[in-house]
Amino acid sequence: MSPPAGSPVLEVERLDVVFGHGADAVHAVRDVSFRVAEGEAFGLVGESGSGKTTVLRVIAGLVVPAAGRITVAGEPQGPHRPRGFARVSQMVFQDPYGSLHPRHSVDRVLVEPLAIHGLARRGEADRRVERALDEVGLGPSFRFRYPHQLSGGQRQRVAIARALILGPRILLLDEPTSALDVSVQAEILNLLARLRRERGLTYILVSHNLAVVAHLCERLLVMNSGRTVEELTVDQLRAAAPSEPYTRQLLQASLGYDRQAAAQLMTFD
Amino acid sequence: MTPILTVDDLWVRFPGRVRTVEAVRGVSFEVGREKLGIVGESGSGKSMTGRAILRLVPHPGQVTARQLTFEGIDLLTASEPAMRDIRGHRIAMVLQDPKFSLNPVMPVGDQVAEAWRVHSGASWKESRRRALEMLEAVRIRRPERVYRAYPHEVSGGMGQRVMIAMMLAAGPDLLIADEPTSALDVTVQMQVLAILDDLVTERGMGLVFISHDLNLVASFCDRVLIMYAGRIVETCRAQELGAARHPYTQGLLRSLPRIDRPVPELAVLDRDPAWRDGPSA
Repeated sequence: MSPPAGSPVLEVERLDVVFGHGADAVHAVRDVSFRVAEGEAFGLVGESGSGKTTVLRVIAGLVVPAAGRITVAGEPQGPHRPRGFARVSQMVFQDPYGSLHPRHSVDRVLVEPLAIHGLARRGEADRRVERALDEVGLGPSFRFRYPHQLSGGQRQRVAIARALILGPRILLLDEPTSALDVSVQAEILNLLARLRRERGLTYILVSHNLAVVAHLCERLLVMNSGRTVEELTVDQLRAAAPSEPYTRQLLQASLGYDRQAAAQLMTFD
Repeated sequence: MTPILTVDDLWVRFPGRVRTVEAVRGVSFEVGREKLGIVGESGSGKSMTGRAILRLVPHPGQVTARQLTFEGIDLLTASEPAMRDIRGHRIAMVLQDPKFSLNPVMPVGDQVAEAWRVHSGASWKESRRRALEMLEAVRIRRPERVYRAYPHEVSGGMGQRVMIAMMLAAGPDLLIADEPTSALDVTVQMQVLAILDDLVTERGMGLVFISHDLNLVASFCDRVLIMYAGRIVETCRAQELGAARHPYTQGLLRSLPRIDRPVPELAVLDRDPAWRDGPSA
C-alpha cells in the first residue's frame, strides 16, 4: 500500500484498545495502524464489533487506548486532549436525534464552542453563527429553533455546522448518514463533499456502508474483530479487486441479495 | 395465482384536534405466494400498511377499506378473539429490532417454545424439543446454548433469527416483515434473507417485505410497490425497478451512491407536490 502523497495530518500507530479487566477484558482493537494525508478522505469500514468506531473515538480522545501512538497535525497525543484540540479536530455523530441537546436552541449549540474558546464577542459570534448556518444550507430562520422543530437531515446539518464553527482541519464522521432516508443522505453527502472541497478538510469516515465510503473517500481500511483486514484504495474496491476474502465477501453482500452467494458465506474470526 | 391477501382502497387516518393525519391514503394490492416488497421513505405509510393488515394500528388510528380479506376472512369485521387467532398463527410479523420484540426476562428458547405451545397446544416438553429444531432450522449453530440465552446475551442477527424461529413455530401463510434486516450487518442480512427466501419457495408462504432499501428489494423480492405520502405511486417487477417510470422512484434510485457507478455529485430529490395527489397505482 503506497503512503498518501501529502504530509500526514493523522498518524495512528499500533493501536490497541482493551475494555474491562481480567477475565472480562475485551480486546476491541488490536495493532491497527494507518496514516491520513492533509485533505484526504479516509474510510474505516467493518461490521458491528469490528472496532471501527472505537478507533474513531480514540482519535477524538473519548477512549484511552491500552497501547499505541496517535499523532494529530504533528502533535503526539497523550491520554487526554488539550483544549486547543477542538480547533483541530471535531466529530459528527451517527444519531442526529441523540447528539443535540433537546432544550438548547440551534443558536446556543453553535455559540457554546465559541464561548469556550473566547470567540464569542458580540457581533463576532453573530456573524460566525450566521455564516456557519449558511455554509450548511440552513437559512438564518433556523437560528432560534429547537431540535424537535427540525427534521433528521436538518439536525445533521446543525451537527455539521457545530463541528465546523471552530474551523477544524479534521472531521471525524461516525456513520453520519445511516439514520437518514436515502434522499436526505444524498443531500448530506453532497454537503460533506462540497465542504471538503471548499475548506480542504480531512475526513475520517466510519461506516458500514461500502457505497457511502466509496462515494466520499479515496482510501479505506477494512477491519474485522478489532484487526486490520486490509487497506485499499476506492479504485481497487470499485474494480472488485480486494485481495482479502473478507473484503470480497463484504463487497458481494453489499451489492444486494443473491441466494447462491448467501449459501457460500463464510465466518471470519 | 390466487391471492392470499387482498387489500382494496385501504385508508389509515389519525384524527386530531387541528387536522386529521392520513397515513395511508387509498392503497390497493394483492399478495400471493410470493415476495412482495413495499418501499418508501420514513412517513410514506409503508409500516402503517403492514400494521393495518393485522389491525395493529395504535389508538386513535382508524382503518377503513373497501376490502381487506385474508384467505376468505374479512379482517375488517373479524372479532377480536378471531384476530388473536390470526395474528402470529396465520399472519406473522417480524419487526426491525429484536431487542424490542423479545421478552427481556425470558430465555429466548423458552419464547420460541411458548409460541409453539400456544399454537399447537403441545406440552412444554414437546414444545422445547420443537423449539430446538426451529432454532436449528434458522441456522443457529449451537441451539442448546442459544436456547438458554437471554435477549441481551444474543447479537442482533441472532435475535432476528430467534424471531424468525418463533414465527416458524406457527407456520403462517403470510409473513409481514417490517425492515427485518435493517439493523443487521450485510452478511448476516444475506443469511436472514436466505431463510425467508427458502420459506417462500419451500412452504409456499406469502411475504410482505417492508424496506427503505431499494437495491435490497430489487435483488430480493418478486414485485415491488413504491409508496410516497401514503399512496402507491408505482408498482413493478423487482428486476425491472431500474427501469422505473415514476419520477419519485427514479429520483430515489439516482440519489443512492453506488460502488460500481461513481458520480461526482449525487442527484437530489426534487419533490413534486403532484406526487401526493396523483392516483394510487
